[in-house]
Amino acid sequence: MIKPLNTHLRKICFGLLLAAPAVQAQITDGVVRIGVLNDLSGTYAGLSGPGSVWAARQAVADFEPEKHGLKVEVIAADHQNKPDVGASVARRWFDVDKVDVIVDVPTSSVILAVNEVVREKNKVLLVSGGGSSDVTGKSCSPNTIHWTYDTWALANSTGKAVVASGGKSWFFLTADYAFGHALERDTVSVVERSGGTVLGEVRHPFPGTDFSSYLLQAQASGAQIIGLANAGGDSIVAVKQASEFGITASGQKLAGLLMFISDVQALGLEAAQGLMLTAAWYWDMNDASREFGKSFAAANGGKFPTMAQAGVYSAVTNYLRAVAAIEEDGNGAKVVAQMKAVNTEDKLFGEGSIRADGRKIHPLYLFEVKKPAESEYPGDYYKLLSMIPADEAFRPMSEGGCPLVTLN
Amino acid sequence: MSSRTRILGYGLLLICGAIVPFVIYPILAMKVLCFALFACAFNLLIGYTGLLSFGHAIFFGTAAYVSAYSIKVWGFSPELGILTSVAAAAVLGLGFGLLAIRCAGIYFAMITLALAQMMYFVFLQVPFTGGEDGLQGVPRRSLFGFIDLSDDMHLYYLVFAIFVFGFWLIHRVIQSPFGQILKAIRENESRVISLGYQAARYKLLAFVLSAALAGLAGGTKAVVFQFATLSDVHWQTSGEVVLMTLLGGLGTVFGPLIGAAIVVTLQNALADKVGALLPVIMGVIFIVCVLVFRRGIAGEFTAFCQSKLAERRADANHRKSHGLSCKGHGASGEGVSAKEANP
Repeated sequence: MIKPLNTHLRKICFGLLLAAPAVQAQITDGVVRIGVLNDLSGTYAGLSGPGSVWAARQAVADFEPEKHGLKVEVIAADHQNKPDVGASVARRWFDVDKVDVIVDVPTSSVILAVNEVVREKNKVLLVSGGGSSDVTGKSCSPNTIHWTYDTWALANSTGKAVVASGGKSWFFLTADYAFGHALERDTVSVVERSGGTVLGEVRHPFPGTDFSSYLLQAQASGAQIIGLANAGGDSIVAVKQASEFGITASGQKLAGLLMFISDVQALGLEAAQGLMLTAAWYWDMNDASREFGKSFAAANGGKFPTMAQAGVYSAVTNYLRAVAAIEEDGNGAKVVAQMKAVNTEDKLFGEGSIRADGRKIHPLYLFEVKKPAESEYPGDYYKLLSMIPADEAFRPMSEGGCPLVTLN
Repeated sequence: MSSRTRILGYGLLLICGAIVPFVIYPILAMKVLCFALFACAFNLLIGYTGLLSFGHAIFFGTAAYVSAYSIKVWGFSPELGILTSVAAAAVLGLGFGLLAIRCAGIYFAMITLALAQMMYFVFLQVPFTGGEDGLQGVPRRSLFGFIDLSDDMHLYYLVFAIFVFGFWLIHRVIQSPFGQILKAIRENESRVISLGYQAARYKLLAFVLSAALAGLAGGTKAVVFQFATLSDVHWQTSGEVVLMTLLGGLGTVFGPLIGAAIVVTLQNALADKVGALLPVIMGVIFIVCVLVFRRGIAGEFTAFCQSKLAERRADANHRKSHGLSCKGHGASGEGVSAKEANP
């Protein structure tokens, strides 16, 4: 960290490098450096954490950079869910350690802070662990791609697919702050548009600890589906308590609007059975994903990969493809433009594309958590209920308010 | 220590501070300075007045939000934004202080914690803060209209100047008669009251001063990082400043600076080296420090120096009492030891 070189001078040189397009394009520093920035030790360590770092390293190994004449390095840091730490690590990585791209980043306040730094330094940000739909909305940037999921897409897809599969009457359990309200609002509008009805809602303080009174209200409403418009610890506790009250046993179903396989693993099938949730990827869907899932589990203590971790693999693979194609990594906006120009291709997500607002498009899938009796092998948690095609799953570009889109 | 030595010492520190950005990454140095000022302000309250506040981050964070909002939305220049944030923190400090000063000890701590948590939830719900997303994208602009702050070096010198100002202010407060009363309140409040001083007013003023300086640190931090988020007002940040102050040394002048430097540097430098073990390492350091360096690093160092001085004095006295009959060094020996006794 103590560098004898003059940072100022280095910045001038780097600025000149960027400002002269006629200069031969090249890999800065001779190495493509990928920084995985996420929560390695806190609330989101399960959905991203060390698993994402493993996924990034695996992506690099599978890409075989030597064959493309590239040297690639992966480093990782814990942002501890603090924007201060996230932004300072990002700045240090760009200014001092010559990192070219930052990947993952759960926690919306950190994403938005790092997004500004990435835009300022003209690097690349590939968001996989985080879900704030502002990343492709009002905070969209030519240097950022939102890879795996966002809260709008999950709410929309869950609402649509659940109503289509018969869950017509809904009751919402909402975390009483902006995020919970937004989740509830997005789901309510899609439920009503799809022909469902909303019987009521109850708001719980954030963070909540005891959901008994709220769950009993939900039970009394008689709604077929209880929508959980909250996330993380709140969702997990709500699901557990619902199972203890026998709510799911008596015919009502829970729909988690932002839940991951790591939450299901933590809850166990006994408590989580029957829970419906939407995911962009599941390890047991095709052979390539199964192979990935099993080697992930072997390397990560028996835990199966979440869609965010698979998203990191996919994002890194496609980033390296783009860098190899244009043979430079110094100009972030240029690499992102290249990624948007071609179809994405990787063994986990298959073929896909990236929109002008930085949103990667792929189908989303509605899953239901299996009963313990239905689970035949470790990791066998989900059964597929339906698929929402890519062009219906994500928020239309015109509604996002992204300045990049309105300029077109 | 003679005043000349002291001036020399401070001059040396100022020079060190001025060359730091050429040696250490400026953003890290700025973060250290902001948190060091925050810790110094906190130390004023706990080290010199004896009031432990568990919710001090609320002043830090409120100022960060006010500074960020006024610069981003109202278009204030950085210096005006920071001044506004100090004013906001001072007003909040006055409000909370009036309520909290009535109690002492653990009750004071609990009330400050409760008030801070209440404000945290206000900030969570109120739209202008951006809730969980935080207030992002605060522009850096130019100081006084012509010094461009988007250059990290210029910004560093501004932050350094602010820190020196805050540090100097605290130093003056501690050395003043007002500071003496605060120390007396820390030692024995009833005796201070019996001497005729209105202890409550002194405590309130110390609280407001501490809040305002914490606000100065927070407002500056918002300019440096260009955002203000909920983690600035979270109780964990209150806990971090306690950690910094304890690590460095309660009631010492340089303790909070040392503590802040250690904690911030470790957090940032180790973020990409030890991964998930960082909170564990910080915890172990805290435990070791509390068990071994009871008085904090600066406190232990000062105690060590003073014990060495006491030894030398004892030796000189010993020599004097034994050598009085021999040479004529008794008088000069006494003179030397008298000077050494007043650092």
